[in-house]
Amino acid sequence: MSQHNYKEIAINGLWKNNPGLVQLLGLCPLLAVTGSVVNALGLGFATVLVLTGSNLAVSLIRHNVSDAIRLPAFVMIIATFTTCTELLMQAFTYELYQILGIFIPLIVTNCVILGRADAFASKNPALPAVADGLMMGCGFLLVLFAIGAVREAIGAGTLFANMHLLFGEVARNWQITLFGADYKGFLIAILPPGAFLVAGLLIALKNIIDARIQQRLAAQKAATTKGSRRVRTTGQIA
Amino acid sequence: MLGRSIRKNSAVLAAFAAITAGLIAFTFQSTQARIVEAERRAAQRALFEIVPQSRHDNDLLSDTLTLPPDQMAQLNMPEQTRIHVARNGGEPVAFIIPTTATDGYSGDIRLLIGINPDGSLAGVRVLSHKETPGLGDKIELGKNNWILGFDAKSLESPVLEKWRVKKDGGDFDQFAGATITPRAVVNQVKNVLQYFSTHRDDLLQQARSNGISQP
Repeated sequence: MSQHNYKEIAINGLWKNNPGLVQLLGLCPLLAVTGSVVNALGLGFATVLVLTGSNLAVSLIRHNVSDAIRLPAFVMIIATFTTCTELLMQAFTYELYQILGIFIPLIVTNCVILGRADAFASKNPALPAVADGLMMGCGFLLVLFAIGAVREAIGAGTLFANMHLLFGEVARNWQITLFGADYKGFLIAILPPGAFLVAGLLIALKNIIDARIQQRLAAQKAATTKGSRRVRTTGQIA
Repeated sequence: MLGRSIRKNSAVLAAFAAITAGLIAFTFQSTQARIVEAERRAAQRALFEIVPQSRHDNDLLSDTLTLPPDQMAQLNMPEQTRIHVARNGGEPVAFIIPTTATDGYSGDIRLLIGINPDGSLAGVRVLSHKETPGLGDKIELGKNNWILGFDAKSLESPVLEKWRVKKDGGDFDQFAGATITPRAVVNQVKNVLQYFSTHRDDLLQQARSNGISQP
């Protein structure tokens, strides 16, 4: 891997190797905090921060740590970034920190982070490692956001409620009420089973899209070969 | 050979531990002031909801009464909490009692109960709970106005026997699909009111003497 293809890294993180939908890593926070968009985004941003930071740090020290002690060193780095993120959230988004509770410190145990540190950052220079952390993090964030949005819309009939917890006073009236004020809310979407259902549906959707793309590629290939044959036939007739 | 690698590895790990601990210490130092401030503001916001700033002129957070341990246990007050006194011109206008309803559907329900000196409720708010989302969480003000139903209620109105949810023959609404949660809250509010009616003079006296010693 001497050539670093950033497009490849981005596609890998956001789609092909998405931590939430393909690697199925970090499911615990993914399912637990996605009851609403604001919670999902809060944890998502925290994860992106930790993942990018730890990837950078791991990549920078990759020549100084022997194989025997690389994992404890990585864990220390990750724990540091998580603790710092936790302190920062406590200082700047206190209410959100209270809502997310234990899931912020639990970022330490998110397998995506140690996974990327060991599988990518420890073998690559700083810049691609940062890109990988950022893209994997964004992939995770997008999945969190999608599940959060679907669950909040179905379960509470709103979107972007309480966004001021994350973005301050300007975001106070970002809330969109989808089905009118009388909407009772479809309870199961907010409850834990709803998280599994929505996550499963998202994975299915991704697989369908992937299958479509494959089909189209195959059809294109077939079409081009057919086309060339016809040209030859025409040529023979003429 | 082995000894050398052990020594080298532990030195590297120790260096790591020192650097990471230093980073955390630095972040902690630089965010601590903001965190304390955020915690204070959050605590204050809940108190202000029960006794709005227009009703009092003292610092709700620092103007407190400390109860003996047996009374704290009787009130189910969480550890390290105190009764907050709201006063206007030195005279107490409300007592805010932090308490816990332990018989909710899942886990403790932390409550703040504000009581006027005449024994009527200034207001009740839920600080934290683990009740079922969509069912029991209607005790939160953000989700439902149910909790406002306590305003101005006292042990005389409704009478003591009516301090139950409607399903149990009382005066307070329950939620469809969730009786246990409101039952727990109603019960705890009643307990605190009963405590207050027996200790009212004590509390008032204590608050007044505190008020004199304070500038």
